[in-house]
Amino acid sequence: MTQHQLAKWSDADIIVYIGCGERGNEMTEVLEDFPKLIDPSSNLPLMNRTILIANTSNMPVAAREASIYTGITIAEYFRDMGYNVAVMADSTSRWAEALREISGRLEEMPAEEGYPAYLPSRLAEFYERAGYVKTLNDKEASVTIIGAVSPAGGDFSEPVTQNTKRFVSAFLGLDRKLAYSRHYPAINWLSSYSGYITQLEDWYKQNVAEDMIFLRGEMMKILQEESKLQETVKLVGEDVLPDQQRLILEIARLLKVGYLQQNAYHKEDTFVPLNKQYLMLKVIDNFYKLAKEAVKVGVPISVIKTSDLFYKIIKMKYEIPSDFGRSFDELMNDISEYFSNLIREYEGD
Amino acid sequence: MVEIKVQGKTKHGKVVQLNNHIAVVQVFENTSGMSVNDISIKFTGKPLEIKLSREILGRMFNGIGQPIDGGGPVFSGVKLDVNGSPINPVARRYPRNYIQTGISAIDTLTTLIRGQKLPIFSGNGLPHNEIAAQIVKQAKVAEGEGEFAVVFAAMGIKHDDAHYFIKTFQDAGVLDKVVMFMNLADDPVVERIVTPRCALTAAEYLAFYENMHILVIMTDITSYCEALREISAAREEVPGRKGYPGYLYSDLASLYERAGMVEGSKGSITQIPILTMPNDDITHPIPDLTGYITEGQIVLSREIYQRNIYPPINILPSLSRLMKDGIGKGYTREDHPDVANQLFSSYSRVQEVKALSQVIGEDELSELDKKYLEFGNTFEYSFLKQGFDEERDINRSLEIAWDILSILPKNELDRINPKFVDEFYRG
Repeated sequence: MTQHQLAKWSDADIIVYIGCGERGNEMTEVLEDFPKLIDPSSNLPLMNRTILIANTSNMPVAAREASIYTGITIAEYFRDMGYNVAVMADSTSRWAEALREISGRLEEMPAEEGYPAYLPSRLAEFYERAGYVKTLNDKEASVTIIGAVSPAGGDFSEPVTQNTKRFVSAFLGLDRKLAYSRHYPAINWLSSYSGYITQLEDWYKQNVAEDMIFLRGEMMKILQEESKLQETVKLVGEDVLPDQQRLILEIARLLKVGYLQQNAYHKEDTFVPLNKQYLMLKVIDNFYKLAKEAVKVGVPISVIKTSDLFYKIIKMKYEIPSDFGRSFDELMNDISEYFSNLIREYEGD
Repeated sequence: MVEIKVQGKTKHGKVVQLNNHIAVVQVFENTSGMSVNDISIKFTGKPLEIKLSREILGRMFNGIGQPIDGGGPVFSGVKLDVNGSPINPVARRYPRNYIQTGISAIDTLTTLIRGQKLPIFSGNGLPHNEIAAQIVKQAKVAEGEGEFAVVFAAMGIKHDDAHYFIKTFQDAGVLDKVVMFMNLADDPVVERIVTPRCALTAAEYLAFYENMHILVIMTDITSYCEALREISAAREEVPGRKGYPGYLYSDLASLYERAGMVEGSKGSITQIPILTMPNDDITHPIPDLTGYITEGQIVLSREIYQRNIYPPINILPSLSRLMKDGIGKGYTREDHPDVANQLFSSYSRVQEVKALSQVIGEDELSELDKKYLEFGNTFEYSFLKQGFDEERDINRSLEIAWDILSILPKNELDRINPKFVDEFYRG
């Protein structure tokens, strides 16, 4: 599902989608949906920029092994023509299993969990085919690989996951617990990482806002702190925490429900442009700063979290359209007004 | 396929291994009475094929498709290879319409879609047979959308279980809409490998030649995999995880992927494979690999069953991957997707509150957490729990869902469009 969303919305020129050991019905879904969806950058059907390698799980195992190479070779072909290509490999675990199956039939000596000993080198060979290049006619082009790994029983310590992590610099860890509570996309914010943040800092400064990366850091701090506090909460309950800490729990909830969680079937929420993302973070950060002040002068947390404003911020992802105009300014004003009133009220007492 | 003539009788076998000049043949029936002197063998040069016609409805066959109900052979010009062939995704139609099972937890939270494969992950001693029987009894497709029939494949199940199914179908008066393929626990294991393939071939015939909607129940996949392991070991193959052959995934896929709908035919094949998880372990290779192929799963929980709740469906790990496109406006009811989402998210919160209350005691919980506990209880006892003969249509299930969601304060319903909250929230 996350892969499908990426295939739909990412701003690559060409998408190569490798359904390696995929379900037949899901492939059909892509085949039926993509011609109907319009690519926002070119106004043509999404299908026109998509290449689908359909290898369903009941097709021969040798074809499954080959499908990954077929896909990446097609991608390189378009890269050499000067396009930015994204390869979605769904899923490399199925591919590794195909390697294992063939290796078993060849009666090769098995290594970890029955996978052949050359699994890491094959994975490296595949992932290293991604990159940013200058083509022969001096164009800049790239191949980006988004490989899905589906570890058995959600166990990240199995060989395919571990070896894949060695060769990639950005990792999105999907979390079973989040999926169970239908928090989509179920990307765990603590176990996921990107090795490119420092490299991208300048880009964000020029294209989004000066303080985007700083905001990101602040928000990560809150989420990190929240996960520590949650352990205490599990033992003694939320009520005994001081209000400053409870505020962190509430802000983390805002972040999770209002920002991290996205609804793929909502027309505003399925694709959120970067500058809207920035403003949403800004709103939450602003709310947090002012709420901290308010808590200091003795405003109870229950007042803040049951306010209409709190509810409004959670819903901003739905209610403020992507071409938002002034709505965010209004929301900001609402926040400062609300808190200055609140603080005045409690200081008066 | 091999035909073996022994003392005037014909037995069947299958080539399982070729090695230089030796062909190893495994016999489907027992090998008693066979000796090197008095048998003649004929290699047919073809895989196993079975004859099919509309008349198979209401009949009972053994694992290799021979009638065992005394009703005589099937006469037909149509003879199909039981191994089928993979469907090209381009030739498929994407499943979009749902099957109402009359069970709230399934209809509302893990909706069964026509053309889907949705396994039941169960354990020994859990009522998976009852649930399967209830689904067969109550399953309905919308009026005027064609005929509905059931293909039942029993692989290594006990005699009493087999009898239970036959009797329940008989009592419900659906027996003449059911085709049965029976391979019981003490029948030969080679036959068990072929059983689901015969059943699916029959299903494909009924769905794609006769345009019927077919529900295939396959039980028990675990016995099937054990059989696969037994034969793999006999062939001296390199074992994979837990001794299962390395091709277990591909082999299961060759069964499960035969569900679906194809262009040019009105029929559909929906599968409900049942598997018992050894030691209730969901990370065991069988449920694990199954989960990667099927479009979701329904997980039963021993803990819930012990609290006297039937059907004991643990909704949190249960999932129907295709329901998103088969529910809501035009299919069930407009508020259905939101309600399902909200139930999942609130019920997962209930689990956190429960864990907390075990540490600090229920009295110490905040008001809101107490509401969540109450919500959790009502959910389990009035939504999840329902009688074996109780049939709830989708409207009824959604109404109950709103009744219990209304236990929670209005602003806790953050997954539901405010429009529906205003329309349906009670109080």
